[in-house]
Amino acid sequence: MEPSTQKLIHTFGALADLGQEIAGTGDFTEMVRTSLHLLLGTLALRRGAVAECIDEGSLRCVAVWGLGDELLSGWTIAETEKHQLLDAEAKECLVRYSDKSFISRNFDGLSNSGIELVLPMIVRGDVTGLVLLGGKASGEEFSNADFETIKAMTRHIGVGIHTHRLLEQVAQRAEENRRLYEELRAIYRDTVRAFAAAIDIKDKYTQGHSERVGRYSEIIAQEMGWSEQEVEGIQIAGYLHDIGKLIVDRDIINAPYHIDAKRSSDLNRHPAAGYEILSPINHPYADIPLMAKYHHERLDGRGYPDGLTDEQIPMGAKIVSLADAFDAMTTDRPYRRRRSFEDVVRDLRENSGKQFDGKVVTAFARAILKEVNGEAKKRPITKMLGKGYLEGENVRGLLTDLISELESRSRGAAAQTVTS
Amino acid sequence: MDKPSPGLVRSHCVGTTAVVYASDYLNKLTGEKIERECRRQLDCGCRALVIDFSDTQLVNSIGISILLGIIDVAERNGARVVFSEVNDQTVELFEMLGLTRHVVLAKDEHEALLNLSHYETTPTVH
Ligand SMILES: [Fe+2]
Repeated sequence: MEPSTQKLIHTFGALADLGQEIAGTGDFTEMVRTSLHLLLGTLALRRGAVAECIDEGSLRCVAVWGLGDELLSGWTIAETEKHQLLDAEAKECLVRYSDKSFISRNFDGLSNSGIELVLPMIVRGDVTGLVLLGGKASGEEFSNADFETIKAMTRHIGVGIHTHRLLEQVAQRAEENRRLYEELRAIYRDTVRAFAAAIDIKDKYTQGHSERVGRYSEIIAQEMGWSEQEVEGIQIAGYLHDIGKLIVDRDIINAPYHIDAKRSSDLNRHPAAGYEILSPINHPYADIPLMAKYHHERLDGRGYPDGLTDEQIPMGAKIVSLADAFDAMTTDRPYRRRRSFEDVVRDLRENSGKQFDGKVVTAFARAILKEVNGEAKKRPITKMLGKGYLEGENVRGLLTDLISELESRSRGAAAQTVTS
Repeated sequence: MDKPSPGLVRSHCVGTTAVVYASDYLNKLTGEKIERECRRQLDCGCRALVIDFSDTQLVNSIGISILLGIIDVAERNGARVVFSEVNDQTVELFEMLGLTRHVVLAKDEHEALLNLSHYETTPTVH
């Protein structure tokens, strides 16, 4: 084979490999190292380095071959020197030892290392870095064809570095956005919590009610295996479920006795009013307005505002409804003391399938049982209910009986569905 | 002859000469393994390297660069390098790129070792 043909084939092979290397998504340093090898191997150059320009004109050696690692350490390149290299690029793309200030300034370091060529990597008119090359193993001078090959490969490497930087910036932006989003979510949550406190202040007998409903809802959803995002959403829905009370007369809310029909219907407007308040807001979680709207619906259709039945009520609203009722039963109200746990469990059993969804009650009972059994890491329910409330001897028995009864009911219902 | 472990380069020593076997395609992956092996042998006190190309069909640019690196390290350690059983096409490539200025080419491993022993026993006193 003619030497010139063979050289062409060898160079083409290297260019193809270089293109593939630069298009790859592998490790950056490895990409540059391989690219340098390809460039050196194409013309059999004994040594070389690729450096990138980083902040304030510092040079960072990314890959070195046949030279000490300390080459370029502490070297800088001024903006004016970059421009001189840019000018040189425009003329012949190549800077040999010359009067260019960067090179003359570092002449000793370069020549002691056996560097014969310094080429700027230029992408979109900016110097991305430098390629430094030693002489040919053959001892021959660089030919014009060699220069063309070196220029082409240097441009490829420059583009590779530039692309990598862009990708890095994109990744960094994505990470920043993620963090920003997290922060926004935290701010949103805190704002909603503060808002919940404001709702509760209106009702002097139920202070902390919204916050507790949010926490209970979160616990139930977690127990039901909801995703993290969904659990966060239902917590927010719990915080905001009574937001409609903001437009109900304070006297009605604070009435220390059972209210009459007119006042009752006023109070019953609060779920729909809550929906009106919440729906124009762009919440980061799904269905929050609906959960507020339907938290007084019942499975048997006797709830309000729309008298929906079982399947028509969103699961989130069912959860908030139970959390709401549970908190109402377990806190003192103006006209009564809170009920005993035994009494509450009885209510839940009787009303499962009528007012509450049995699956939701079962999940809640399981979460409470875990705390009672000491299986839970934290005990938020115990804390909210206060000391002593869950410490009765029969608490565990009440919960396990409730769970097994509801489970057998749900098995029975499933069997009935299959046979019918 | 030493059996290579998977992923390792086949090599053995004859006196202070290490014989290292290049693989069928000398690229980055295999080249770097050979380079590491050569460095290891030089660190262990070898005074000469024979790189055997009997299995090698092709050498790409990265392979050339790595071989030049090996030559460089050997020269700095005062060790000689002989390439043995290089196919015609690769010989042309080595000649064209000037590698043959820095290494001796031998017909086979035997000739390579002979060449080196001659060098070792040749009196250096003039
Ligand atoms: Fe309510």
